[in-house]
Amino acid sequence: MDIISGITIFVLAIFIGFEIITKIPPTLHTPLMSGSNAISGITLVGALLSSGSQHTMVTTTLGFLALLFATINAVGGFMVTNRMLAMFKRKA
Amino acid sequence: MTDILINIGYLFSAALFILGLKGLTHPRTAVRGNMLGACGMLLAVVITLLDRSIVSFEVIIAGLILGSIIGAVLAIKIEMTSMPELVAVFNGFGGIASIFVAGAALMESTLNGATPMTQATVAVAASGLIGAVTFWGSMVAFGKLKGLVGDGAVLFSGQQIINAALAITALALSAGVVMDPSNVILYWLLVLAASALGVLLVIPVGGADMPVVVALLNSYSGLAAAATGFILSNNVLIITGSLVGASGIILTQIMCKAMNRSLFNVLFGVLAPSGGGASADEVYGGKVKSVSPEEVALLFDAARRVAIVPGYGMAVSQAQHSVANLASILEERGIQVEYAVHPVAGRMPGHMNVLLAEADVPYESLKDMDEINQYIEQIDVVLIIGANDVVNPLARTDPTSAIAGMPIINVDKAKTVVNIKRSLSPGFAGIPNPLYAMDNSLMLFGDGKKAILDIIAALKDT
Repeated sequence: MDIISGITIFVLAIFIGFEIITKIPPTLHTPLMSGSNAISGITLVGALLSSGSQHTMVTTTLGFLALLFATINAVGGFMVTNRMLAMFKRKA
Repeated sequence: MTDILINIGYLFSAALFILGLKGLTHPRTAVRGNMLGACGMLLAVVITLLDRSIVSFEVIIAGLILGSIIGAVLAIKIEMTSMPELVAVFNGFGGIASIFVAGAALMESTLNGATPMTQATVAVAASGLIGAVTFWGSMVAFGKLKGLVGDGAVLFSGQQIINAALAITALALSAGVVMDPSNVILYWLLVLAASALGVLLVIPVGGADMPVVVALLNSYSGLAAAATGFILSNNVLIITGSLVGASGIILTQIMCKAMNRSLFNVLFGVLAPSGGGASADEVYGGKVKSVSPEEVALLFDAARRVAIVPGYGMAVSQAQHSVANLASILEERGIQVEYAVHPVAGRMPGHMNVLLAEADVPYESLKDMDEINQYIEQIDVVLIIGANDVVNPLARTDPTSAIAGMPIINVDKAKTVVNIKRSLSPGFAGIPNPLYAMDNSLMLFGDGKKAILDIIAALKDT
């Protein structure tokens, strides 16, 4: 992948992000933050690639640490967001 | 062939993230949105495991299982009042993961004396820099929220100069990484400099400004993930990282606007100098009326519409359940109860809403500032619990005040205002609040939760 298409994707995705989030009601600011934070645990993909490729001991260790933190970020983030959202109820 | 399949899979996963974020913008679709995001993540992980460069699965399985357990325990055990801390910690973990991914990628790419492409090394430097600022910034934010580090703004002379020097050092080291990728030490020095920068950037931010920082760090964690995407030429990382980066920036903007402060002023701990406003004695002198819980109960007897304004004080005294209990007692008596929530009330965006939702308050009763201000004159009793600066009419009336121009909830225009507060001490802005001395304003001094319980007891007696 050349750098230009990478930057193209980057910029377009930023625009999508702006468009989607602009109308968020204040009620959901916290779940949005923890949910989007869980999504940023996507670094997990990078961590899988470095921990699984087994070049040297050092890179595998770094990969393992990255994998550990990214998994906590993603799994914990989605679960706590779900827990929070389950509390938001309509009038009975 | 596998490459094509993998990339199509990543495309699906990116689409799921977009739909998931979209779902999070409405209460009715939010749960499903979060699920879609989780599915996107699962898909991305499964697809990545098909990648040919992965030869060993033991380490991966160990990491995934251990990480999932830790994440799940944290998510299940956490008290809702500690949510700002947890969000800060998770943000930080995203950042530190990026540091390690970039470090590992840099070392792999130079293993056999090969020279990695410039675009990859630029991304490595960016990932290490943003990742370290995110991690250490989040850890300091965590410490402040938890009360381990002073909650107030920590300012010392020469702070700006040290920050500038650190930023220049970090940029120079980044250039070093790009020019000489085989020298891995340069990368770790860069991470070190960026770590110091992350600490120093958040240290000066105090108390009521925390929502801005938490939102900004959220944005950084996305940008760090996007940078790792450029290192690995991986689309799903780039797309997802920039989505999160953009959403964090928007939240940051909303928070800054809600305080009428620039991001620069928040980040460098600059409070607008107060133009020698009136002293507390001049403002309050003999005009503050204190009431008992029984008198407040009598006020409610005559009221038809009540609005509750919660602030950080409600979170501190863990009063959300008592507040919701009071509200349902009032509703049983035919009184219409609403909650007026200021966008920056609390220590993170949406903090009050989460606490009230935990206490089973339906989200239709949560009104935002602009909405309630349209009919605040019709409210018979406004009950303020633990909020101060966000209801200070000086923001509207005194252009020289430290909070001039900040949008506030115009509680002073309601028929009666009851302030639950420990004392007349000022809020984060450090200025007196003339609301407390107004004719329609009453003070109920005491701890937030205890005061609410006393009002409930008094209501039950009548």
